[in-house]
Amino acid sequence: MPATTSDAVWRRLRRGLTPRASRAQAVTGLLCLLLGFGVATQVRSTQEADFSTLRQDELVQVLDQLANRADQLTAENAALEEEKAQLTDKRTQEEAAQQAAAQRAEVQGILAGTLAATGPGVLVTIEDPSGQVPAATLYLLVDELRNAGAEAISVGSVRVTAATWFADGDGGVVVDGVLLTPPYHWAAIGDSQTLQGALGIPGGALAAVRTAGGDSQVTVSGSITISVVKTVAEPQYATAIE
Amino acid sequence: MIAVIGLVAGVLIGLVTDVDVPQFLAPYLPIAVVAAIDALAGAMRAMLEGIFDDRVFVTSFISNVLVAAFIVFVGDQLGVGSQLSTAVVVVLGIRIFSNAAQIRRLLLKA
Repeated sequence: MPATTSDAVWRRLRRGLTPRASRAQAVTGLLCLLLGFGVATQVRSTQEADFSTLRQDELVQVLDQLANRADQLTAENAALEEEKAQLTDKRTQEEAAQQAAAQRAEVQGILAGTLAATGPGVLVTIEDPSGQVPAATLYLLVDELRNAGAEAISVGSVRVTAATWFADGDGGVVVDGVLLTPPYHWAAIGDSQTLQGALGIPGGALAAVRTAGGDSQVTVSGSITISVVKTVAEPQYATAIE
Repeated sequence: MIAVIGLVAGVLIGLVTDVDVPQFLAPYLPIAVVAAIDALAGAMRAMLEGIFDDRVFVTSFISNVLVAAFIVFVGDQLGVGSQLSTAVVVVLGIRIFSNAAQIRRLLLKA
């Protein structure tokens, strides 16, 4: 057994690393060349990572994994599609609900007088130079217009709604707290022929106006715009029943 | 020194020449490479112990490579190729480690 002292070992290492034209060195170099070549080739083919170097069972395994993954993704896809359909459905419903709500808001806004309205109807001017026409007669006119199907009514600068009140005032009538003086300009949106017919009934509102000493003109118009709106206060005592 | 130069030259040749591993060699090349590394570690150790012999090195190098490849080949025929590959790699890995440990002890006395 040759010596294994530290000095001897290092001496051998130095001698081994010194290039010499010996057969041992040549053979070692050649085999190392082969090894380096093999390593490089193998590393490259591993990095290419195609399936050509895999064994059959490994390929089967890879195929299984792929099939599993595909199944998972298909299931996930189906779930997401379903969710999407639900969301779309929901959105459609919400849009319909919103549309219905907007329509309802419009209808109620016109009826409650909070929205400006336009449409066919009649314009009525009531002259009362002597100030003899009482508020009750004017209210009768409102009733008559409503009965004839008027959907929006205004007198002077006041929008007439379900809650509008009339009272005799100094030199005119007080409507919803606003003093109006003659002549009174009425506008009513509805079926103009019906409105005109209703106003012309003998013994009706306009007849009462004449009896009281006033005079009236009725104009039928294809397009009346009532831009006067009423601000509706929040109900103080009543709440809605759901 | 010539060994190191050979190793580097081999790597360069392998990288430069675009050689594809032939299909029938594909399962055996990695094992053969590991076996060759083991033979190289053994040779290094023998050189430091002063008992290096080029004939022993050549035969051990070649026989290591061939035996390793043969074991894997037999394993493939028996349907346990991947398991036997693992076994060969484990054994060769242990040998490489013990040779490396011996080299360290010889050089550093630790």
